[in-house]
Amino acid sequence: MENIRELQAFGYFFFTVFLVVVLYAYILHLYRAEKKGTRNYEKYGNLALDDELHQEPVEPNEETTSASKEKKEQ
Amino acid sequence: MQNAALEYDYTVSKWFTYLAIIFGIVGMSIGVFIAFELAFPELNNLFGQYGTFSRLRPIHTNVVAFGFTLSGIFGTFYYVSQRVLKVSIAESKFVHGVGKLHFWLYLLLAAWLVVSELLGYTTSKEYAEMEWPLDLLTVVVWVLWGMAMFGLIGMRREKTLYISMWYYIATFLGVAMLYLFNNMEVPTYLVTGMGDWMKSVSMYSGTNDALVQWWYGHNAVAFVFTVPIIAIIYYYLPKESGQPVFSYKLSLLSFWGLMFVYLWAGGHHLIYSTVPDWMQTMGSIFSVILILPSWGSAINMLLTMKGEWNQLKESPLIKFMVLASTFYMLSTLEGPIQAIKSVNALAHFTDWIPGHVHDGTLGWVAFMIIASALHMAPRYYKREIYSRKLMEMQFWIQTTGIVLYFSSMWIAGITQGMMWRAVDQYGNLAYSFIDTVTVLHPYYTIRAIGGTLFVIGLFLWAYNFVKTMQSEKVLEKEPAFASPMGA
Repeated sequence: MENIRELQAFGYFFFTVFLVVVLYAYILHLYRAEKKGTRNYEKYGNLALDDELHQEPVEPNEETTSASKEKKEQ
Repeated sequence: MQNAALEYDYTVSKWFTYLAIIFGIVGMSIGVFIAFELAFPELNNLFGQYGTFSRLRPIHTNVVAFGFTLSGIFGTFYYVSQRVLKVSIAESKFVHGVGKLHFWLYLLLAAWLVVSELLGYTTSKEYAEMEWPLDLLTVVVWVLWGMAMFGLIGMRREKTLYISMWYYIATFLGVAMLYLFNNMEVPTYLVTGMGDWMKSVSMYSGTNDALVQWWYGHNAVAFVFTVPIIAIIYYYLPKESGQPVFSYKLSLLSFWGLMFVYLWAGGHHLIYSTVPDWMQTMGSIFSVILILPSWGSAINMLLTMKGEWNQLKESPLIKFMVLASTFYMLSTLEGPIQAIKSVNALAHFTDWIPGHVHDGTLGWVAFMIIASALHMAPRYYKREIYSRKLMEMQFWIQTTGIVLYFSSMWIAGITQGMMWRAVDQYGNLAYSFIDTVTVLHPYYTIRAIGGTLFVIGLFLWAYNFVKTMQSEKVLEKEPAFASPMGA
C-alpha cells in the first residue's frame, strides 16, 4: 500500500459496491417475499384507508385483539 | 371503559392543531416584518432592541420550525396514530394523560422560548438557540411524546405499523439523537459562579463545533421538515383521495434510503470552510444521492393519484397536497444542486439559500400542515368544512406568494453571488458590498410582498377552520374519504 490515499480509494470503492449490493438485495427481498406468498406488502396501503375503529384490522395484532374480543363479549 | 361507546379521541390532536394555526400566524407575521426590515432598514428602529432583525430572526425561525411545524406534526400524530393502529388513546388513561402533559409542557416551553429569545438569550447556534434550561425542558417534552407514541403502539390492534408510523418513529429517534449531541453545553454560572445563570457555552470548539452544529442543523431539516411531513402526506393524501398508496414497497425502500443518506449530507453547509476536504466532498455526494429517496416518496405520492387526476380540479385539499409533493421534488432537486462544490462557490451566503429553504417550508411543509388540519376539521367537529371557495382562494394567494418569494430570491442570490466574484482585469473586486445592497432592494421588496400574501392565506385558513367549528351542516358520521365542504 503506497499511501493512505490509495487505501481510502479502495475502501471507498468496496464500500460503494457493498451498499449497492445491500440496496438491491433489499429490493429483491421485497419482491421475493411477495412472490413466495410470505407477505403481501401492497395490502398495507389499506391501513390508511380502512382505519375506522370498528373495522376489522388488516392484520390483527393477536396480543391485543384477543383481549379486546373478550371485552366485546362481556 | 365500555367498548360499545369507544371512539377515537381527538382532544390532544385538536389542541396541537390550534397551536399550529396560532404559531403559523405569529411566526410567519414576524417573518414578513423582518423581510420588510431587510428592504427598508429604518424599520429596525421601531421597537428599540426588541424589533431589530437580529433579535427577531431567531424568533421567526424557531416559532415556525418548532412552534408551527412541530405543533402540526404532533396534531397529526395524535390523529393518524390512533387511526392506523386502530386504538383510541382514551383506552388508556395513562397514555392519554401523557399526551395532555406533552401538550401543556410543550406550550410552556414555546412561551419560554419566545420570551427568552426576545430578551436576547441565545446560544448563537442556528436553530439551536435555546439556552440550557429550555434544552432540559425540551428533553422532557420529547420523552413524553415518545411515551405516548410507544404507549399507543403497545396497545395497537393492527399488527403492522403503517409507513406513516415508521416516519413518526424516525422523527422521534432522529431528533433525540441530534438534539442531545448538538446541545452539549456548559452553564457558565454553575461552573464559574459568574455571569448570567441562563448562559452557557458549547462543549465543542472551533471547527468541531461547526461540524456538530451542521450535522444537527441540516438534519433538523431532515427530521422536522422532511421525515414527519412525509408521514403526514402518506396518510392524508391516500385518505382524502380514497386511493391506496401507489407502491407500498417503494415507500419502504425510500424510507431506508432517506434514513441512511440524510445523516451524511450536513457537511455541504461547510464547503470551502476549515472542515477537512473529504468531509466537504462527502457532504456534496450524499446530497446528490439524496435526490433518489426524496423523489421516490414524491413520485409515489403523485402516482397515488393515477387515474384520479380529476380530483385535483375538484378538491382544493388535493390541490394543496399535490402541489406540496411537487414543491418537495423542486426543493430536493434544488438543494443537491446548491451542494455541488462549484455551484456552492456562487450560492453560499447569498439569498438563493433562504429562497431554497422557503420553497421547501412554505410549499411543502406549510401546505401539508394546512391540508391536514382542514382534512381533520370535519372529523373533529362532525361538520362540513365551512367554505371550498375560501380554500381555493387561500391556495392561489399562497401559491402566488411562494412563487414571488423564491423567484425573487433566485434572481437576488445569483446576482449577489456574481457581483461578489466579479473582478476587473487586475483582479480587483469590481463591486463594493453596498453596490449589491442597492441592486437587491427591489427583490427584497418582492420577497416581503410574497410573504405577506402567504400570511394573508394563513388568516383565511384560520377563519375557515374556526367557521367549520360553527358550521350548520352537521355530519351524521365521519366521512370516509373526501372531506365534505360547503360552497
